[in-house]
Amino acid sequence: MSHELLVECAHLSCAYDQNLAISNVNFEIRHGDFVGVVGPSGSGKTTLLRAILGTIKPVNGHVTKKPGLRMSYVPQVESVDWNFPVTVLEVMVMTRSRTRLSPRIRPEERTEAETVLERLGLGGLGDRHIRELSGGQQQRVFIARALFHRPELLVLDEPTSGVDVRTRHEVLHLLADLHEGGVSIVLTTHDLNGLAAHLPRLVCMNKRIVADGAPLDVLTPAVLEETHGAPMEVLLHGGVAVVLDTASDEAVRRFGGAT
Amino acid sequence: MSTVAGIWTPYQFDFFTNGLLVATLAGALCGVLGVFVVLRGMSYIGHGLSHAVFGGAAASAVMAVNFFLGAGIWGVGSGLLIGRIARRRIIGADAAIGVVTTASFALGLALINRYGQARKSIEAVLFGSILGVDSADIVAVALMSVATAATVVLAYRRLLFATFDPEVAEVSGVRVPRVEALLMVMLSLTILVTMRVIGTLLISAMLVIPASTARMLTNSFSRMLWLSPLIGAVAGFLGMNISYHLDLSASATVILVATVFFVASYAVSGVRGRARIAHLHHV
Repeated sequence: MSHELLVECAHLSCAYDQNLAISNVNFEIRHGDFVGVVGPSGSGKTTLLRAILGTIKPVNGHVTKKPGLRMSYVPQVESVDWNFPVTVLEVMVMTRSRTRLSPRIRPEERTEAETVLERLGLGGLGDRHIRELSGGQQQRVFIARALFHRPELLVLDEPTSGVDVRTRHEVLHLLADLHEGGVSIVLTTHDLNGLAAHLPRLVCMNKRIVADGAPLDVLTPAVLEETHGAPMEVLLHGGVAVVLDTASDEAVRRFGGAT
Repeated sequence: MSTVAGIWTPYQFDFFTNGLLVATLAGALCGVLGVFVVLRGMSYIGHGLSHAVFGGAAASAVMAVNFFLGAGIWGVGSGLLIGRIARRRIIGADAAIGVVTTASFALGLALINRYGQARKSIEAVLFGSILGVDSADIVAVALMSVATAATVVLAYRRLLFATFDPEVAEVSGVRVPRVEALLMVMLSLTILVTMRVIGTLLISAMLVIPASTARMLTNSFSRMLWLSPLIGAVAGFLGMNISYHLDLSASATVILVATVFFVASYAVSGVRGRARIAHLHHV
């Protein structure tokens, strides 16, 4: 079962109003993968996720999924109205919409949901309104909802966008635990040093795949400049690549700051 | 004593009891669907769809087609068209509603001008007419109320998921376009069966005010789903009684009673309650 092919994108191109968002993308996700997709804004990262999830139709190429593949999607936290009148538990059980007709939350559903919440450090928060949670807790509720769907493949869009350093660490460790527990993961991120550099596999893209491999092979000045369109330096720190934005250094010099 | 006895006077008239029954059911019906309308930030749709149905009502009157059939097909068609245009995101939902419904309304007016028939019927559609309520209206509103209640119970989770987070709902297997089409059809049919009581010009108020009032009073979706129809039904019941005794327009009085509930909730729900509706779009 290990390394079984879950998703294959072949010559995939997607467009919005005839503007190509991604072009000729060839990409695979196998069982056990933990993949980060990095690239600048507008590089097609979210479009690639949508194509994998099946919410956007390709204009060319195709996406092939393992038959019966269970996927869960964790969108960006900003994508929903956190004032919506629902509790954490209600958000969780929404994923059982297809199989449960009754509005009532069954005791076994509540128990299962509370187990997942407990696992994610959200124990006792099931009856709280979602607005009452911190940013980090809201992010974990989204992940909890995804896990409640019992996915083989977890798809996350910018899971550390707009969160503080502590929450970023929490999310990273949580995802690492889930991966060790057998869940395959693909996520997008802007965060090269805080998240991407710590993942086993990285894909750099700017409408097309620029590089695909281990962080130390992919995070090179040449690949990063081709991906982001700006010069960057890469240092090694404790065996982990650290990306320096040389344009920022130039700005510091020009505005008279210390370097 | 005579004042108390006077309260029961209108109940001896069939036209009043029929109207009271339909207004109470219509308030509850609009209250249920209003929850979805308000939480989806589509408060303008009630206003727009009622105008669109007016076009169908005018056309069916001119062509001597059954009102429910002609206006029903027209209204459902307009609702589905709005949903389809809005989903394609070429123009926003508000612009889609504006274009489709005002064009439909204009066509209705043009038909009346050209053929000059059924003026009384059209006025009843615009402003509502308690005298126009007959047994067919009672049956239509009652059937729609039962169908809506059954649909909301059976599709509760799908409706909730598609309203809260449509993108993830779709990934999780909910057929979101189908759910949205279902809501549009229910909304169009609700407007169709209640317009003779409330009138097209005021129907949007009954889709927005009870649901917004309920939102101020609770932070729970399920509680909103019974509180909003309760507020709508009570507004319909009290509004009809008050309108008889004060000799006021029934539809205007129903909406004014609902507005009193809104203002009272606004006053008593405090900063928290007001903050809840502050985050609703277009209210």
